Amino acid sequence: MTQTLAPHDVALDAVPEPTRLLTGQPAGMPGVQSEADAPPDPRELRDDQVDGQELTARLARTWGTRKGIIGALSTVDHKIIGRRYIITAFIFLFLGGLSAVAMRMQLARPESGLIGPDLYNQLFTMHGTTMMFLFGVPIGEAFAVFLLPLMLGTRNIAFARLNAYSYYVYLFGGAMIWFAFMLNIGPDVGWFAYVPLSGPEFSPGKRVDFWAQMITFTEVAGIAVAVQIVVTVFKMRAPGMTLDRIPLFVWAELVNAFIIIFALPAVVTASVMLIMDRLVGTHFFNPAEGGDALLYQHLFWFFGHPEVYIIFIPATGWVSAIVVTFSRRQAFGYIPLVLSMIATGFLSFGLWVHHMFTTGLPQLGASFFTASSMLIAIPNGIQIFCWIATLWDGRPVFRTPLLFVMGFFFIFVAGGLSGIMLASVPIDAQVHDTMFVVAHFHYVLIGGNVFPLLGAVYYWFPKFTGRMMSERLGKWHFWLAFIGFNITFFPMHITGLMGMPRRVYTYLPEMGWGNLNLISTLGATMLFASFVVFLVNVVVSARRGALAGPNPWDAGTLEWATSSPPLPQNFDRIPVVTNREPLWAHRNTLPVVAGLSVENREVIISTATAGRADLKESSPEPSIWPFLAAIATTVTFIGSIFTPWAIVWGGLPTTITLLGWFWPKGVKEDEA
Amino acid sequence: MTASPHQPLSTRLHHNVVLNVRRLPSYGHGSRSSQWWGIMGFCAAEGIGFVLAFGAYFYLVFINGVWPLSSKPPDIYTSTFHTALMLASLWPNYLARKYSEREDLLKVRRYLVIMSVLGAALLGLRVVEIALLHTKWDHNAYGSIVWLLLGFHTLHLVTDVVNTIVLTVLMFTRHGHGRRFNNVGQNADYWTFVVAAWIPLYVIVYLFPRW
Repeated sequence: MTQTLAPHDVALDAVPEPTRLLTGQPAGMPGVQSEADAPPDPRELRDDQVDGQELTARLARTWGTRKGIIGALSTVDHKIIGRRYIITAFIFLFLGGLSAVAMRMQLARPESGLIGPDLYNQLFTMHGTTMMFLFGVPIGEAFAVFLLPLMLGTRNIAFARLNAYSYYVYLFGGAMIWFAFMLNIGPDVGWFAYVPLSGPEFSPGKRVDFWAQMITFTEVAGIAVAVQIVVTVFKMRAPGMTLDRIPLFVWAELVNAFIIIFALPAVVTASVMLIMDRLVGTHFFNPAEGGDALLYQHLFWFFGHPEVYIIFIPATGWVSAIVVTFSRRQAFGYIPLVLSMIATGFLSFGLWVHHMFTTGLPQLGASFFTASSMLIAIPNGIQIFCWIATLWDGRPVFRTPLLFVMGFFFIFVAGGLSGIMLASVPIDAQVHDTMFVVAHFHYVLIGGNVFPLLGAVYYWFPKFTGRMMSERLGKWHFWLAFIGFNITFFPMHITGLMGMPRRVYTYLPEMGWGNLNLISTLGATMLFASFVVFLVNVVVSARRGALAGPNPWDAGTLEWATSSPPLPQNFDRIPVVTNREPLWAHRNTLPVVAGLSVENREVIISTATAGRADLKESSPEPSIWPFLAAIATTVTFIGSIFTPWAIVWGGLPTTITLLGWFWPKGVKEDEA
Repeated sequence: MTASPHQPLSTRLHHNVVLNVRRLPSYGHGSRSSQWWGIMGFCAAEGIGFVLAFGAYFYLVFINGVWPLSSKPPDIYTSTFHTALMLASLWPNYLARKYSEREDLLKVRRYLVIMSVLGAALLGLRVVEIALLHTKWDHNAYGSIVWLLLGFHTLHLVTDVVNTIVLTVLMFTRHGHGRRFNNVGQNADYWTFVVAAWIPLYVIVYLFPRW
C-alpha cells in the first residue's frame, strides 16, 4: 500500500488482461436487439485508424469551441468553464479581501470615523457572504471542474451543459449581490442572517431579500456541480482506474461533492423560509404565530458546519497532490487518508449545534456535540500524520507549492487547537461572539483553504497556462502572506480574551484594545501586499513565464500526461490505468485505449467500482441554451424579490429555454 | 482553448494500444448509464430537502405542543384518493420503464400517454387538495409549513409531468429511438422518487394531525 516509489527505478506495472478492462456486456436485454449494440458506422473515422498529428488535429476540431461571442457563451469545454470558474472565484476572494481591509482600516484606532455603522454592517456581511458562498464553496468545485476529467483520463465532465449553466447561475448570483451592495442595498445582518434581526420586522427593505436569493443562486449552481463531480468520478474514469487507484485529490472532491449534496439543501430551506416570511407573510420564525427563531439556526448550521468541511476537504486534496509530487514518493497511508476524508464527511453533519452553545440548549445535547466536535480532530489528525510521514520518508523538494503546504500545516494546526478549546461549552460561552472566535476560524479557514489553494495555483498554473510562475516572486508571496497572516490574526486571540466583541464598528480608547488592533491592521496591510505580489506573478507569468511542457514537476497523475495547456480533447487516446501514479509507473510508453470516434464526441463510461470500460456514450455538443436558461433563471429569481408572481411568469421562459436545451438537434445528437 | 504556439501539439508519451472499445454499446439502461447516476444525485439532494422540511414540521409540533395550532386538519378524502392514484401510477410507470429497456416503441408510447394523462389528472387533484387544506400560508406557522411541504412537492410534480409530456411528444417524432429509450427509463425512475416523497408527506400532513 505504501511502498516507496522512487520514480526512476520503478518497475513497469503490468497491464491487466483486456478482459479485465472491459465488461463486454451488450446493451440489449436478452433476446432484444438494441440500437446501442449496432456495429459502428464504417464511414465514421475512429482513433485506431489515424495517428500522430492528424489524430491530434482532428480531435481538437471535434472537441473544440467555436470562435466569437456566441461560441464563447456556448462552450461546454470543462477547461474553459473551469478556468472561468477559478478566475471568478478569485475575483470574489479579492472583493471579500478588500472589504476586510476596509474593516481593518476602520478598526485600526479607537473611535475612528472612517466608516459608519451602517456601511460597516454591510461590509462584514458582504465579507462573510462572499468568502463562504461566492469563494469557499465554488473554489473547490472550480478546481474539480478543470482538473477532474484530466486526472481521471476522460474528455469532459459529466453533464457538460449543466456545467455551463451552473457557472452562469453562480456568476449572475454573485454579480447580483455585489451590484446590490454598490447601490447601498447590500445585506447588513451577518453572513448567516439570523432571525429575528433578518426578519420582516427588524430588516425592512430589500437588503436581506438579495441575500436570500443569492443563496438560491449559488446553491443551485453548487449542487449541480456536485452531482456532475460524483457522476464523473463514478462513471467516467479511465479503464483500469479501480477505487484504490483514484488520485487523492479526486477522492477529496468526491467526498466534498457528497457533503455539498447533503448540506446545501438545508441552507436553501432556511433561506426560502426566510424570504417567504419576509415577502408573503409566512410565520416560520415568528413566535407569535407558532414559529420559532431557533429553527432557522438549526437549519442554517446543519449546512453551516459541513460548510467548513466543504471549504477544507478540497484543500486536503490539494495538499495530498502537492505533498506526493514534491516528496517524490507515493502517499504514505493512502487508505487511512481516504477513510479519514470519508469519516470527516460523515462527522461534519454531527457538529452543527456547537455553533449554538449559547442559545440555551439542554445540557445533554451540548455534551454530545462537544464530544463529536472533539472526535472530528481524530480523522484530521490522521491525515496530518500521513502527510508528515510522506514528507519524512520522501525526498522533499521545497518549491513554492510545498512552502504553502508547510504554511498550511502550521496555521491549520494552530486553528485546530483553538477549535478544541472552543468545543468546550464553558470556554465557548466565555468567548462567544468575541474576536477570539474570529481569530480561530480565520486560522482554520485561511490556513485550511487559502494556503493550500495558493500552493495549488503555483502547482497547476503550468497546466492551466503552459507557463511556470516565478519562484522568486512565489517565495516573496509566501513569506509576506505567512508573516502577514499571523500578525493580523494572532493578536485577535488576545483582543478576544480581553473582551472585544465581533461585528462592532468601533470601540472606546479606554478599553485598551487599540494597540493590538493597530498591529492587526498592519498585518492586514502586509497580507494585502502579498496578494498584490501574487497577482503580479500570475499576470506576468501568464505572458512571459518559462514554458512548462507537459510535466514540469515530474508528477505522477494523468493530468500531466497531456500538453500544457491541454488541447480540447484532453488526451489523444484515453489512458489505461495500472497504478496510483500512472506516469511514474509508465515513464516512456502510456498504455491506451483505441476505438473511439474521431468525428463525434464520445467518452468511455466505466463501471463504478472496478473501472471496467462499459459503454461509449456521447458527450454534449456546445449549446447556447444553457446560457439562455441561466438568464431566464436569473430574471425569475431576481423578479421574485419584488413579486412572488415572478415564479409563475418567469417559469415560462425558463421552461422554454430548458426545452431548447434538451430537445435533440440534428442527426449528430440523435445518432451519436 | 487553443494550444500555445510553443507547445508540441501532441504529448510526448508514446502510445501503446492495449484495448479496443470500438464494439462497446453506445448507451446502456439503468445504472449503466451516466445519466441515471445524475438523476440519483438530484434525488438525493431533493430528498434531503424533504427530510429537512419534515424535520422542521416536527420541530414546530414539538415547540407548540398543540397541533395543528388553531386550524382544522386538512380534508382527507381528496388527498387519500390522490395518494391512491399516485400509488396506482407506479404500475404503468414500471411498464414504461420495462418496455423502454426492451426498446418497444409502441408500448413505450402507450404507457407514456397513460402517464401523461395520469400526471395531468394528479396535478388537477393537487389544486383541489390545496384548496381544501383549511389553512393559508400566512395564517400561522402550521399553515406555513404545510404550504411549504405541498408547494415543494407540487414543484416536483409539475417538473416531472412536464418532462413526461415532452418526452411523450418526443417519442412520437423521428427522435423516438435509440438512447431516447434511456431517457424514458430515467424519467420513470424520477417519477418513482416523486411518489416515494409523497407517501411520508401524506402521512405527516394528512394523517398525523388527526392522531
